[in-house]
Amino acid sequence: MLETLIVMLVKIGVVFGALLLTVAYMTWIERKVIADIQVRLGPTRVGPYGLLQPIADGLKLMFKEDLIPSQVDRAIFLLAPSLSIIPAFIAFAVIPFGDSTTLFGLLSRPVPLHITDIDVGVLFVFGAASLGVYGIVLAGWSSNNKYSLLGGLRSSAQLISYELPMGLSVVGVLLLVGSLSLVDIVKAQAGVAWWFGILPVPNWFLFSQPLGFCIYFCCALAETNRAPFDLPEAETELVAGFHTEYSSMKFAMFFMAEYANMITVAALATTLFLGGWLGPIAPSPVWFLGKVFLLLFLFIWFRATLPRFRYDQLMNFGWKRLLPLALLNTAITAIVAVRG
Amino acid sequence: MELLVFAGLALVAAVAGLLVIVQRHAVYSALFLIITMGSLAGIYILLDAHFVWVIQVIVYAGAIMVLFLFVIMLLDIRSEPAPWAPPDRGRILIAVLLSVVLLAELGVAVARRFVLAPAGGPAVASSFGRTQTVGRLLFTDFLFPFEITSIILLVAMVGAMVLAKKRLH
Amino acid sequence: MSVPLSAYLILSAYLFAMGVVGVATRRNALIIFMSIELMLNAVNLSFLAFARFLNSMDGQIFVFFVMVVAAAEVAVGLAIIIAIYRNKETVDVAELNLLKW
Repeated sequence: MLETLIVMLVKIGVVFGALLLTVAYMTWIERKVIADIQVRLGPTRVGPYGLLQPIADGLKLMFKEDLIPSQVDRAIFLLAPSLSIIPAFIAFAVIPFGDSTTLFGLLSRPVPLHITDIDVGVLFVFGAASLGVYGIVLAGWSSNNKYSLLGGLRSSAQLISYELPMGLSVVGVLLLVGSLSLVDIVKAQAGVAWWFGILPVPNWFLFSQPLGFCIYFCCALAETNRAPFDLPEAETELVAGFHTEYSSMKFAMFFMAEYANMITVAALATTLFLGGWLGPIAPSPVWFLGKVFLLLFLFIWFRATLPRFRYDQLMNFGWKRLLPLALLNTAITAIVAVRG
Repeated sequence: MELLVFAGLALVAAVAGLLVIVQRHAVYSALFLIITMGSLAGIYILLDAHFVWVIQVIVYAGAIMVLFLFVIMLLDIRSEPAPWAPPDRGRILIAVLLSVVLLAELGVAVARRFVLAPAGGPAVASSFGRTQTVGRLLFTDFLFPFEITSIILLVAMVGAMVLAKKRLH
Repeated sequence: MSVPLSAYLILSAYLFAMGVVGVATRRNALIIFMSIELMLNAVNLSFLAFARFLNSMDGQIFVFFVMVVAAAEVAVGLAIIIAIYRNKETVDVAELNLLKW
């Protein structure tokens, strides 16, 4: 009993710490990668290769004056940043980041590398993601500022719209696995498939559900308010949208929530489509992290490359392109799954 | 342990439920309603509703209440005078009295009929309330109502669009 | 120690009564609507409690249908409220007396 409790607490601590560290260093990675793409240097001054930049940024944000405008709705204004950051972290409770391990024989029994495995894992992650919208909406409303309100409304409309194709895009995977547990989904992707009898490819759902993955990835970009779907915080038209009035640590919390959300959707994509922790030779968490960072790199690449959508284009794309495609993907998968 | 968890969640649900109806601003009502629904989701886990609780979070907290907030913000609803302000006082007194009677009636019904039911209920199979069980039932015994729901949703969707699209004349 | 059925039912009855009070006393259409949602949730709790204590899945399935109806109802209801607001600039049900003669 005590051992299980300690193992559980250690796992929670490790996941939380790793998540915070990744969030902090994602800012550094993003600046470096974008700088490379734009033939610049990016941060170089603070520490070697600017590696201490996130810490410097964090300290700066913590010591900045915490402004609360006089006309805001105080209670909600103070609540909103936490409302947006908690769901972002909570989703990680069910994401498996490695196979069972005894830590090189250190532990008496193998410990599964996930905090918990519930039978509705996928739905849990979607539920947590759908709660994230409250932080943004309430921040926009309580700021008592029309740009913030517009940003909040845009964001909530966008999140609601893209949740549907996102949910539908993974139905194909669920049909093939027959379980909502993320551990079961990863285990179903073990082994190798032979294309045309000669070409070995991993048995990942990326290859059997390519359309599903593309739809999921587009929706993931939209759900995390990333370019090219970053309308809610479009600097040029909305003065940064819902977090205009926020400063200091509260602003930092929105920022962290956005990056934590990116990591969550990337981790979910890894679990659902890229075989999770599965991979040869290297230990399983390394594979998991590698795949997540590959997806995060894609996120940054998109941001550096693509121009922003217009609002009506965004809505049309979600409802008239992605949603029917996701339905089509579901229907085809269902037919194949039943016949095959 | 189970009783303790239930008591905590029930207390939160009860207080938040009360606060829903006494707020002066609809946004606060919505927030307290979300809290009520969240703690009810927790109670559903105690009742072995492993699928329903997460659906409760996604559908109620994640979709319906977001829609409420969206509309409240879209319509620019202002704070209103407290519901117990003078012109409404008599009406409210009657309404509250009638509700107390209703509550007492329900309480008596529960006390008469169910207070002796064994605590914890019968042992249930491990598949009780699981996604697969719910899914199987929906597509066998309840197939017809399940298909009807799709029509309900379609009608609601069309209706909402027609109503909200442009100015009614 | 486990929870008796009556505890669930009393919580359910209490929440339902709160919903009734909300509908009867408030004049803001949105809050009335939220009170209706509160009542639906209270009923769902009863269904799930009975399902658990009768060891029958029917209650859970019914909750599923209640949720579908609630979602449909909210979509249409909120659309109606928006339409009313556009015409009358208010969501106070006491001022919506167009059909009252």
